[in-house]
Amino acid sequence: MSAARKIVRYQLRDIARNRWVLAYAAVLLVLTEAFYRLGGDGARALLSLLNVVLILVPLVALTFGTLYLYHAREFIELVLAQPVGRGAMFAGLYIGLALPLAGGLAGGVGLPFLFHLADGPLPWRPLLVLLGTGVLLTLAFTAIAFVIALRFEDRAKGFGTALLVWLACAVVYDGLVLLVTVTFPDYPLETPLLLLTLLNPLDLGRVLLLLHFEVAALMGYTGAVFQRFLGTALGMALAVAALLAWTGVPLALGARRFQRRDL
Amino acid sequence: MTVIEARGLRKRFGRLEVLRGVDFAMPSGRITGLIGPNAAGKTTLIKCLLGLVRPDAGELRVLGETPSDGVAYRARLGYMPQAARFPENLTGREVLALLRDLRGPDAEVDDELVERFRLGPELAKPVRALSGGTRQKLSAALAFLFRPTLLILDEPTAGLDPLASGIFKEKLLQAREAGTAVLIASHTLSELEELADEVVFLHEGLVRFHGSQQRLAQATGFLRLERAIAAMMGERTMTGGAA
Repeated sequence: MSAARKIVRYQLRDIARNRWVLAYAAVLLVLTEAFYRLGGDGARALLSLLNVVLILVPLVALTFGTLYLYHAREFIELVLAQPVGRGAMFAGLYIGLALPLAGGLAGGVGLPFLFHLADGPLPWRPLLVLLGTGVLLTLAFTAIAFVIALRFEDRAKGFGTALLVWLACAVVYDGLVLLVTVTFPDYPLETPLLLLTLLNPLDLGRVLLLLHFEVAALMGYTGAVFQRFLGTALGMALAVAALLAWTGVPLALGARRFQRRDL
Repeated sequence: MTVIEARGLRKRFGRLEVLRGVDFAMPSGRITGLIGPNAAGKTTLIKCLLGLVRPDAGELRVLGETPSDGVAYRARLGYMPQAARFPENLTGREVLALLRDLRGPDAEVDDELVERFRLGPELAKPVRALSGGTRQKLSAALAFLFRPTLLILDEPTAGLDPLASGIFKEKLLQAREAGTAVLIASHTLSELEELADEVVFLHEGLVRFHGSQQRLAQATGFLRLERAIAAMMGERTMTGGAA
């Protein structure tokens, strides 16, 4: 078994008992159950959950991810004083954090649906799309959190930056899109807006959900553009690929920095 | 055998030049005390030895390897950091198991300190529930766990009670008899006086003195380590002021 896998194994045990991660799963569980009861069926509960997943998942991955890495400083020292390479340490840290976060999401949203199995057929496909998108968002924003934490020595600065990134992706970005569309009403904006979407992993998650749930008109402009421009299948494929790139590129940057930097 | 060999080691953090050409060598079977005022570069030097910090210039060999090039030498190294902190939701037993897993099944284990510190019942608790002293004991036990050829200890007895500290020193002397090289960074000079065969005095990023305690006493005219160091620092500041 590789060193990275050994590190992941123990980190999973640590983080699975972390109260913030447990609270995250509990909040999702309560919200899902509440939406289920209020909406009356699974399909409606899922629609209500879209925004929760889009807002909460990146926020938790960014903030918890940066703080966790600062907190793990002594642990990193301890492990690196063993015959373990930095690459294995970095992989272990990332997988050991992203996996329990994704697990908390899957458990928190998935379990209530399993409780209600008796009430009628499960909306399997939309549920899986929602969970899949949530997992992709977790992977991407955890990777971004690692880049932030490795960039700033000072944890207050790192945490502040993580919040700013979330704010930019979740709020400021929408304003920017709106501003662009209002300022240039007479121009064909499909291509610029498409490009703009690729720059925001949170929006990619939104597009992915909208394309599947076909509620594009309900939630923003870029989703509609995606669908009209690319069609559902191609649009979803492109969004997934871009989200994976948002995981891979920050991870590569973070790993490079982790290799070289002084700890 | 030489376990550590440093030549012209330099490291700068931004504007601050922490190591300004450190030269020193350390043989096996001896206890070397690393002393120096705060910000003298002790921690940076230790981090260089562990491969956590990469020197800007100079040569460094630890157990025959260059720390920034390979990790294999760390299989023969035991390290006890200044502040012992572990993943807080793991139990002590899980922390021990993690290190054993990382070292592999062939690593020879010596858990004498776990027994002598009576850590048994504490090991079942999550680390966050342990007192600072108990965590320090666990950290000490981890440093000795794999019969290291080289032990690096950063302020090891700072949080230990006298009883634990006595056990720890006994173990240290035993390890020395077995040929282990020990580097202790400490501000507790009385303790070094008792343990150290040699002292390395680091000041403003340079080794100002390296030799036996007798030589230090001869050089400064003071028998007590504390007085001798104070005398050396005073002298340095005076020459520094003249320049």
